[in-house]
Amino acid sequence: MNLVSILALIVSSTFVYSAPLIFTALGGVYSENSGITNIGLEGIMTMGAFSAIVFNLTFASTFGKATPWLGLFVGGIVGLLFSLLHAVATINFHADHIISGTVLNLMAPPLGVFLIKAIYDKGQTENITQSFGYFSFPGLANIPVIGPIFFQNTSAPAWLAIIVSILLWWILYKTRFGLRLRSCGENPQAADTLGINVYGMRYAGVLISGFLGGIGGAVFAEAISGNFSVSTIVGQGFMALAAMIFGKWNPLGAMLASLFFGFAQSISIIGNQLPFFSHIPAVYMQIAPYVITILVLVLFFGKSVAPAADGQNYIKSK
Amino acid sequence: MLKVTLKTKKILVPVVSILAGFIVGAVIMLIWSYNPFQAYASMFSSALGNMNGIGETIREATPLIFTAIGFAIASTAGFFNIGLPGQAQAGWLSSIWVVLANPHMPKVILLPLAVLTGILAGALVAGVAGWLRAQFGTNEVITTIMINYIVLYSCQYLMQQVMPGQLRVDTDTTKTIAANGSLKIDWLSSMFGDSRINAGIFIALVAVFLYWYLMRKTTTGFEIRSVGTNAAASRYAGMSAKKNIMLSMLLSGGFAGLGGVVQGLGTYQNYFTQTTSLDIGWDGLSVALLGGGTAIGILLASLLFSILKIGGLGMQTIAGIPYEIVSIVIAAIIFFVAIQYVIGLLFKTKKAKAIQEQTEGTEKKSENVVVSSTKAQGGQN
Repeated sequence: MNLVSILALIVSSTFVYSAPLIFTALGGVYSENSGITNIGLEGIMTMGAFSAIVFNLTFASTFGKATPWLGLFVGGIVGLLFSLLHAVATINFHADHIISGTVLNLMAPPLGVFLIKAIYDKGQTENITQSFGYFSFPGLANIPVIGPIFFQNTSAPAWLAIIVSILLWWILYKTRFGLRLRSCGENPQAADTLGINVYGMRYAGVLISGFLGGIGGAVFAEAISGNFSVSTIVGQGFMALAAMIFGKWNPLGAMLASLFFGFAQSISIIGNQLPFFSHIPAVYMQIAPYVITILVLVLFFGKSVAPAADGQNYIKSK
Repeated sequence: MLKVTLKTKKILVPVVSILAGFIVGAVIMLIWSYNPFQAYASMFSSALGNMNGIGETIREATPLIFTAIGFAIASTAGFFNIGLPGQAQAGWLSSIWVVLANPHMPKVILLPLAVLTGILAGALVAGVAGWLRAQFGTNEVITTIMINYIVLYSCQYLMQQVMPGQLRVDTDTTKTIAANGSLKIDWLSSMFGDSRINAGIFIALVAVFLYWYLMRKTTTGFEIRSVGTNAAASRYAGMSAKKNIMLSMLLSGGFAGLGGVVQGLGTYQNYFTQTTSLDIGWDGLSVALLGGGTAIGILLASLLFSILKIGGLGMQTIAGIPYEIVSIVIAAIIFFVAIQYVIGLLFKTKKAKAIQEQTEGTEKKSENVVVSSTKAQGGQN
């Protein structure tokens, strides 16, 4: 293997594994910046993965090549509906954010498998026929060196995720909506005083995270696992949560952290094909994202990184 | 609107949550045209209808009691220990390892040694999160989640790469432990129709009593409770926040580790590679939340969830309804426990008789009601 093909292999598999993390971590960024802690991302991803696979299996013959992309949208909508539970519980019903998020994580896998059993009469679906394969950008792929590494046989959802993260960064930091959303996460009392609808903004934050988390799960299902079972989403949601923290609650930071975690994940899988990494036990790469997240939290202590009112219920007084 | 006393309300909220959870399960079954009555009937009859079912139900409840106590201790001190699965897993693997590595040690030494190792392993795993919290103020929810995965992958590695070959059947399963390290009691198993019920349940009952005694009758328990209720006031009173964080997390992890120990030395008699976080961790969390952190509540909630889980297996074979409905019902129950503020609105708090007598004739009559109702709300946030 020459250097370019080694780099191409690393970059493309990093992109494949990063894409679901980027979408989901971006969702976490929006929820937590509105002030609602969302550890239910794992459950939301599970519902996204479930619905995307069911949609893909049902409509692959109708929509052909467009099926996985429509599956993303379906996964996003189902994720959004599922996150409504968390929104209602935390915003209107004064529930503890961690307990409510845990309920999403407890609820999603059995619900998904129950529905799979009810629909298909078995615990695991067939493999989908229309999945996200490798994609080459016409034109860009022909650029020497850079082309083969970044634009040939790469992951289209990952490039979409990177573009979306830039867009979401712009919305969060450069628009009125973003400022209002962040103000509800920093100081909801003050935001309310200024006439901002805190409940509305927090709903927006949680539902956006549901939509993006659902997409994240759908990407994982349609690009990596190819089917749905109880073990489709195991830990990716928590890893996205870790990426959000490593990225310091910022969309671009979350995207870069997801790329790094995607790299660590892909190395633990393709490592034995690579000359240098084949000597490192896979366990180090598997636990790297989690260890790094703890280190980041420890190192950044003192500098406030999380939104100030993240995880606190805001009860509007009469 | 029903008028009840504060005490009755405390009992009514979980009861309503349980009923609502069952209704959610029934609605989902109806949508997919399963018969919920048949489902619940077959569930309860297979969990409680014969000695084997009862034995298995008690066996299922045993580790949940430990992990629930673990969660409850940390949560009383104000920490959300979501790392129960990792702590239990550490207890499970380490206790099995100790037993397998010492095949000729007499039971009186080996069994306590293995149990203690498991407790220490769980405490160590939780202690890391406690230390980070005490020393650096790192959020324990995040660290314990992350540590769950670190433990999960480390155990896979230890099992596949580090454990000596003669202790394993293959890279994913250890050998079955010998009788000198087992919690199995033959007469107990045969009494309950050859189920896997084991000595763990006796340890669990002792643990429930210890938990009640620790929290209600000792200075340590009082400090843990007061730190959880009002950290600032406790500091003023001279209680060390750092000490209590460490102590409650170590105790919490120790109990969770013990949950893993009874799973290993009692239920399975071996260790096999886990690919997801341990169920007993998440279920223990649910048990503690439903039981409201009280000793008796934990005992009852662990039995209820075990009836559901063991009965669910029977329901699947008898009524042909997917087992997953059980986990959906459990998650729904916890959802209703989480939104107990709303359930509480169904019942109006009535002044307790004792309070009424005390306050009669005094000016502060109305104030007392306010205090008691704010207390009720304070517990929910």
